[in-house]
Amino acid sequence: MDHITGSQDLSAGTDLPGIPITLTINGRVRELSVAPWVTLLDLLRERLDLTGTKKGCDHGQCGACTVLVDGKRINSCLKLAVAYDGAEITTIEGLAQGEALHPLQQAFIDRDAFQCGYCTPGQICSGIGLMNEGRASTRDEVRELMSGNICRCGAYTNITDAVMDVLEKESVK
Amino acid sequence: MNRFSYHRAGDVAEAAQMGAEADTRFLAGGTNLVDLMKANVERPTRLVDISRLPHNKIEELPEGGLRLGALVTNADTAYDARVEQRYPLLSSAILAGASPQLRNAATNGGNLNQRTRCYYFYDTATACNKREPGSGCGAINGVNRIHAILGTSEACIATHPSDMCVALAALEAEVRVEGPGGARVIPFADYHRLPGDEPSKDNTLQPGEIVTAIDLPADSFTENYTYLKLRDRLSYAFALVSVAVGLTMEGGKIAKARIALGGVAHKPWRVPAAEALLEGQAPSPELFGRVADALLQGAVGQGTNDFKIDLARRAIRRALRQAAAGTPQSQTDKHVA
Repeated sequence: MDHITGSQDLSAGTDLPGIPITLTINGRVRELSVAPWVTLLDLLRERLDLTGTKKGCDHGQCGACTVLVDGKRINSCLKLAVAYDGAEITTIEGLAQGEALHPLQQAFIDRDAFQCGYCTPGQICSGIGLMNEGRASTRDEVRELMSGNICRCGAYTNITDAVMDVLEKESVK
Repeated sequence: MNRFSYHRAGDVAEAAQMGAEADTRFLAGGTNLVDLMKANVERPTRLVDISRLPHNKIEELPEGGLRLGALVTNADTAYDARVEQRYPLLSSAILAGASPQLRNAATNGGNLNQRTRCYYFYDTATACNKREPGSGCGAINGVNRIHAILGTSEACIATHPSDMCVALAALEAEVRVEGPGGARVIPFADYHRLPGDEPSKDNTLQPGEIVTAIDLPADSFTENYTYLKLRDRLSYAFALVSVAVGLTMEGGKIAKARIALGGVAHKPWRVPAAEALLEGQAPSPELFGRVADALLQGAVGQGTNDFKIDLARRAIRRALRQAAAGTPQSQTDKHVA
């Protein structure tokens, strides 16, 4: 696949047809020059060293690359970075407040909601997107609305538990 | 993916002019186009980003219908209170498709214009008349579990993959487009086309034309409707067979019926003569069976998709029963009632 070439070009240098964009990533404003074929995922991982967001299938089928753009979850592998000029992006690295984990991060630990951990950053960003959407309150609804995130270890039951824990705490508030 | 230049369109006229030039593609949500570019199926030399054009609203129409901006996302459309209340069939169909992440990025215009998920179309090492006219069809006599049983040609047996479009066909929506030659309105049934001997053309858009909106008629189905989707796993998979049904019931009889099938043809499949069989009649299993037979008249299996004919027949009867009873298929609880 050619995306590997794209990544190399990114780190290589200065003579590329870069397009100036501004992104706010995890609260920090970044002025960047980006070649048009660079996906948001490759920009985050290869250039900004935000490697918490994972490349799984690179085709929008697994959800490992899920990030929040203006509070909405999307697959960063299918988005060209240039198209997001001006957007506010939150990745797994931007969820904790200092040493205090996001409640869903803590719930994943409490519920043992991962094994290998590769899908986890995408699962957690997707779970936060799900809560922002406000369309899930039952286990069936959580399962359906988390179906864009594949876990090949099969931790689905505990992932659903973790999301339900936080949803129920939020609804009590 | 290949190298290309990127242009952000200022208005529709500029986009249409640029889009009419060779090897140029419009970029909106990008969920299908970027994927096809990674697979080298699409190799544009220029992308025209139309995502910031002002067709990003859902608006009331004077005659009582609703105008869905082409750049509204699938999620924002499905969850719009007006769509949920007045066009629950559309909302249900959208939520049956893709994943929440994809629905948050994918647009309404892009949903119409997405390409087939035929394995051979995606695999540049194989023959495909849609991707490379004249190269042949790998799916015919190949692995064709997801392929068409109706309206096929000797050149192509691909299906249109959308769920949303199946509901739009049943709702008899209209597609508003603008291009270098001006604006026009295309009835939904005429928007997508059958493959014939030109399978590279999925729809009837002219070069440079952009979908700006989808208009929903005032007449909708709020009580007696269903979107029944059958697939290889319970979520996040394309339809093997899907059925959109809208009925208007009057005194226990069916006054009006609209039925569209997904997963079985190069476009959402409608047979007006089959719909007419229902009108003025009381619902019955025997009647629904005859309607299913009329919808599937001429269906031909391609080998590994032979099962689809019987699956479609059963799905149609089930969907008609769900719609007539006013018990639409839930997209969360997947038990088929």
